[in-house]
Amino acid sequence: MSMLRVHVEGVGLWSPQLADFAALRALLAGATPPAPSPRPAAATLPPNERRRAPESVLLAIEVAGQAVAMSGRDAAALACVFASAHGDQAITDYMCATLARSPAELSPTRFHNSVHNAAVGYWTIATGCHAPSTAICAQRASFGAALLEAASQALAEQRAVLLVCSDTTGSGPLAEVTGCAQAFGCALVLAPQASPASLGRLDLQLGTAPTDTSLPEPLQGWRAGNPSAASLPLLALLAGAGGHCELPVAATLGLRIDMENVA
Amino acid sequence: MPILMTPLAVTAYTATSAMGSGLAAQLDALEHARSGLRPNDISSAPLACWVGRVDGVEDVVLPAALGAWDCRNNRLAWLGLNQDGFLERVHAARTRYGADRVALLLGTSTASIGATEEAYRRLDADGGFADDMLRPAIHAPHSLAAFVAAALELAGPCLTVSTACSSSAKVFASAERMIRLGLVDAAVVGGVDTLCDSVLFGFNALELVSPEPCRPFDAARNGISIGEAAGFALLERIEAAADAPRLLGYGEASDAHHMSTPHPDGLGAELALNDALARAGLDAARVDYINLHGTASQKNDEVEAALVGRVFPVRTRASSTKGFTGHTLGAAGIVEATIALQAIEHGLVPGNLGGDTPDPICGAHFAWRNERQRVDVALSNSFGFGGNNACLAFARAGFAA
Repeated sequence: MSMLRVHVEGVGLWSPQLADFAALRALLAGATPPAPSPRPAAATLPPNERRRAPESVLLAIEVAGQAVAMSGRDAAALACVFASAHGDQAITDYMCATLARSPAELSPTRFHNSVHNAAVGYWTIATGCHAPSTAICAQRASFGAALLEAASQALAEQRAVLLVCSDTTGSGPLAEVTGCAQAFGCALVLAPQASPASLGRLDLQLGTAPTDTSLPEPLQGWRAGNPSAASLPLLALLAGAGGHCELPVAATLGLRIDMENVA
Repeated sequence: MPILMTPLAVTAYTATSAMGSGLAAQLDALEHARSGLRPNDISSAPLACWVGRVDGVEDVVLPAALGAWDCRNNRLAWLGLNQDGFLERVHAARTRYGADRVALLLGTSTASIGATEEAYRRLDADGGFADDMLRPAIHAPHSLAAFVAAALELAGPCLTVSTACSSSAKVFASAERMIRLGLVDAAVVGGVDTLCDSVLFGFNALELVSPEPCRPFDAARNGISIGEAAGFALLERIEAAADAPRLLGYGEASDAHHMSTPHPDGLGAELALNDALARAGLDAARVDYINLHGTASQKNDEVEAALVGRVFPVRTRASSTKGFTGHTLGAAGIVEATIALQAIEHGLVPGNLGGDTPDPICGAHFAWRNERQRVDVALSNSFGFGGNNACLAFARAGFAA
């Protein structure tokens, strides 16, 4: 089985407890980082879009903006792989409730924001990005599958790729089946070659069982409460001194990641 | 610029849509210019429009072991998988390469949201899902791919691409990258979307649905007809099947313009087209047929007709087949890929059904009626909300650019 080697140039992170990747570093170092404001800032969006955008879009764009800023790259040149296990749950809840009650009243704006690629659509519009962009999902393996897709694209096309994985809190009756207790989003800028901007080198190897590496609390609880937080073992490696972890990339397939810190 | 792509063999393919189940039914409908559209008889409340509904989905029974996945979208997926010997071809690939060496990459726009809609229509007394609806896996957008992975007993990389109406075109690109990098030896690609209230009333709210059968590229076109479909293809290296038709190239690009309106100059569509031609090592003049996105929305058809006129000589024939199937959304990419492959296999350029009074913006490229000619190279365009564009290039076995 071939190994994929990619280089991380930027990391974005947002949850109700963690404003960014630095907050995760602080937490893992024993500090108590201040909680962010309740609504992700998503400063990449123009102000009028920011006011109107659904929370799922704000979350994805917030972490994307953080990661791209850290990488120092031009957002317009990055291919985009955005992932979410459940998409915009508030809109799905709204749409299903409205369709059950009075279907003719469905909001056209909420409908076009319901597409799984809404966040990446808003991102490409805000950044003037004409590069390939995609929106994917794979249930609890969404982050792992997105990492595989993004690394494949980085290596096959020899270009830098922005990877985003985010899920919001569950809404309405739908929340019972999605089990998302709180929002979580993360982003990585991946490059095919090492550069002065590289923070770490990832060697990805398919073929392990789909196991989740164990985590300390509160990370373990956060992971249980949001499928996008399946990324936490890798984020913890990036925040620390390297090492290895395993992530599910499909229901029956795992990915081993060996991470070497080069920063 | 992308590098020249090593072509892949399309060793099996199949489609099920309003034209019928399987390739023979699809070819027969194309040859006889027979539309599969009918007056809407499926939404939970009346909506005056036409739909491309697949007959018999309601009667499909999933194998007992897969019963927990039951919903309209997965029934249509199972119906589609059972056509044209596709299950057997995947089984053979699984045996040859190993279950973890075959990727499964499927596109869908709404997956089994119809099941979630149903759960909301009959919530129990305390406002929660009824017991028979408490099946988390069918209320997630990965429902389709997870079900098909179980049905095909595949254990390799598995992901859902959901970029609205370009979804099941983009899976070809993901598959090519994974095969090129040696992550897998083969890939099952495709997509399924089913008629449901979300898309019927959603597109209706955007005032994009025609009250009549859709008329792509017609001067009087007034919107789309929504359809449902399932389609699949098996991709392998050409060494495995030298006599199979080929995936020659693909292109992907973003408009960066608007969430629900295409770029006025077709910028992303043209970038995707150029990307596909460059990977395939093709000059535009080598393209014999292009299956257009051609939804019958005002804007899409205007932008796409201008693109065809700008890029291709008139010997390149062009048509939309949405008049046969309706717009099958996330399944449109794979269905129209199979039509492009049938154009190559059978020497048939399908006519642009519904374009009875051609929009003057359309050049002499348009095949308004069926045309019989040899087709060596065929393209398929797929564009989605969010300005998401994809283009696929196919060629007959042995074709060298």
